[in-house]
Amino acid sequence: MSALLAIDMPYWLQTILRVLGGTVAVLLPAGTIVYVFLFKMMSFMQSRLGPMEAGPYGSLQLFAEVGKWLQKEDLYPDRADKFIFKIAPIVVLTSTFLLVAVVPFGPDAWFTNFEAGVFYALAVSSVSVLGILIAGWASANKYSLLGGLRAAGQLIAYELPMVLAVIGVVIQAGSMNFQEIVMAQNAGEIFGWNGIGNPYILTQMVGFIIFMIAVQAELTQTPFDMPIAESELVSGYMTEYSGFRFLMFFIGEFATAGVFSLIAAALFLGGWGIPFAWFGWDSMDSIDNWMNIVGPLIMFTKMMVLSGIIMWVRFSYPRFREDQLQKFAWKVLIPVSLLNIMATAILKVAF
Amino acid sequence: MIAALIAEIKPNSTWYLVLAALLFAIGTLGVMVRRNALVLFMCIELMLNAVNLSFVALAKEMDDINGQAVVFFVLVVAAAEVVIGLGIVVAIMRKRVSASVDDLAELKG
Amino acid sequence: MVAQNIFFAIFAVIMVVGALRVVTSNNVVHAALWLVTVLAGAAGQYILLSAEFVAVTQVLVYIGAVMVLFLFGTMLTRARLGEETDLNNKTWILGIPVALLLFGTMSYALIDSFGDEKLPEDATVVSTQVISDQIFGPYLIPFWALSFVLLAATIGAIVLARKD
Repeated sequence: MSALLAIDMPYWLQTILRVLGGTVAVLLPAGTIVYVFLFKMMSFMQSRLGPMEAGPYGSLQLFAEVGKWLQKEDLYPDRADKFIFKIAPIVVLTSTFLLVAVVPFGPDAWFTNFEAGVFYALAVSSVSVLGILIAGWASANKYSLLGGLRAAGQLIAYELPMVLAVIGVVIQAGSMNFQEIVMAQNAGEIFGWNGIGNPYILTQMVGFIIFMIAVQAELTQTPFDMPIAESELVSGYMTEYSGFRFLMFFIGEFATAGVFSLIAAALFLGGWGIPFAWFGWDSMDSIDNWMNIVGPLIMFTKMMVLSGIIMWVRFSYPRFREDQLQKFAWKVLIPVSLLNIMATAILKVAF
Repeated sequence: MIAALIAEIKPNSTWYLVLAALLFAIGTLGVMVRRNALVLFMCIELMLNAVNLSFVALAKEMDDINGQAVVFFVLVVAAAEVVIGLGIVVAIMRKRVSASVDDLAELKG
Repeated sequence: MVAQNIFFAIFAVIMVVGALRVVTSNNVVHAALWLVTVLAGAAGQYILLSAEFVAVTQVLVYIGAVMVLFLFGTMLTRARLGEETDLNNKTWILGIPVALLLFGTMSYALIDSFGDEKLPEDATVVSTQVISDQIFGPYLIPFWALSFVLLAATIGAIVLARKD
C-alpha cells in the first residue's frame, strides 16, 4: 500500500507528502468554492457580475481579499478573555484539517487509512463546536455569546441525524473504513448488473438527504444560519473578529463545506472509484496505478457538485426560526434516520 | 546516545496505572476543595477518566478486550450523569444566583 | 518503542498540568477548557495503548458532547469573564494532604502488585469488530440495561428542563 504511483518512498517522505497534500485538500476546495459559488454563482443568481477587476473574470479577487485581511490589525475587545479569544478560530480550523485526514482520494492516495474512519470523521467534526462556543464567550459581547450558544445547540442537535444517517451506509458496506466503503460501492452490483457499481445514493437515498441537510446545518449555512443571523445578532460569534482571525473562520466555513462534500462523495457517490467492472478489477491490489491520479480528480468533481448544491440551497432559502430548527432536528430528522437504520438492517439481514 | 538509552526503556504498564492514580487523586482533591457545582462535576469526570485510563492500560497488558468494553459502559454512565447533573444545576440556578454547593442547605435541621 | 515513551511522557505532562489547572483555575470556563486538554491527552494515551476505537469514542463523547454540554450549561447560567472568588472551600488546605495520602497509597499498591511488568510489544490495533462482538455478545444484558439508563437520563433531563 505504500507504493504511491509505483514509487517506493521512505516513511518520512510519505508523511511530508501527506501533510502537504492534506493542506492542499483543505485550501484548494475552499478557494474554489468561494470563487465559483460565493462570488460568481451568487452574482449570477442575483443578476450581477460579481468581482470582475482582479484578474480575468475576477479570478484573482480571492487573493486580493486574503491580502486585505492579512494586513488588518489583530483587534480584540478590551474586556475579552484574550488568550481564549485568540485560540478559538484555530480550534475551528484544526477540526477541518483533522477531518480531511481520513478522506481517501485513490487506492494509495490517502492521508491515513484509519480503520474506524467514518467514526473518526464524525468525532473530529464535533470539535469545531468547542471553538465556536469559546469564541462566542471570550468576545465579551452579548450578541457573540448568543450566537455561540445558538451554534452549540444547533450543531449538537444536527450531529445526531448526521451520525445516524451514516450508520445506514456503514451497515450496508459492513465496514467503517472509507476505503472499504468506496470499494463496496464500486465493486457492487444492482440486481446482477455491475455497469455503474452500486453507489449508496440509490439505496440510501433517505440517508443521503438527511446527511446533506445535517451538513447544511453543521456548516451554519442558510437556511440554518441562526448563529450568525446578521439581522438579529450582527454576526454572531464572529462579531468581534477581524483581520486574519476572521479569515480563519471564513476559511474554516468554506473548507469544512468542501471536506464534508468530499466525505459525502465517498460515502454516497462512490468516492474516488469508477465501477471496477469496467476494467475487470476485483480487489484493492488489482486496481491500476493511474487511479491515483484520476481518483483525486473524480473526488474533486463530485465535491464541486455537492458543495454546489449546498451553496445553491444557501443562496435560495430564507432562514428558519430557532424553535423550528430544533423541532425539525428532533421531531423529523432523528426519527426518520432511526427508521432508515431499522429498514437498512432488516433488508441487510433479509438479503 | 540518549535515544538509545530511551529505546532501552520498555513501556511499562505501571506508568499508566500511576498516571491514572495521580489523576484520580487530583480529581479527589478537586471534589474536596471546590464549592462550585459545575467544577465538582468536572472533577468527577476527571476521576472517571483516570479509571478509564487504567482499564485500557490493563486491557493492553493482559491482552484482554474486556477492559476496553468496560470503558464504553463507563462512558455511557458518565454521559447520563452529566446530563442529569447539569439539568439539576441549571434548574437550581434558575431559582438562585450562586452555584455553590454549600448554599444548598435548606434541609439542614 | 522510543516514540511510545516520548509521547507517553508528553501526554502525561499535559494531562497532569491540565488536571491541576482544573482544580486550581479561578474561572469556571477555564477549568472546563483545561479539562478538555486532559481528555484529549487521555485520547492520545488510548491511541498509544492501541485502543483506537476507545480513543475516537473519547473524542466524540467527551470533547464533542460532554464538554460542550458543560460549557453550554456554564454559559447559560453564569460565566463571568476574568477571575472569580469563592470557588474554593475555606478549608481547602486540608484537602492537599488527603489527596497526597490517597495518591501515595494507590501508587504504592499499584507498584507493589504490578512492579515493572512490561506492556506486550505487539502493536496490533484492537479492531472495532472485536469490541462490538464483546459488547453485543457477553455484555448484551448490561448493554441493554445501560440503554435504559440513557433513556431514563434523557427523560429526566426533559422533565427537569420543562418549565410547566
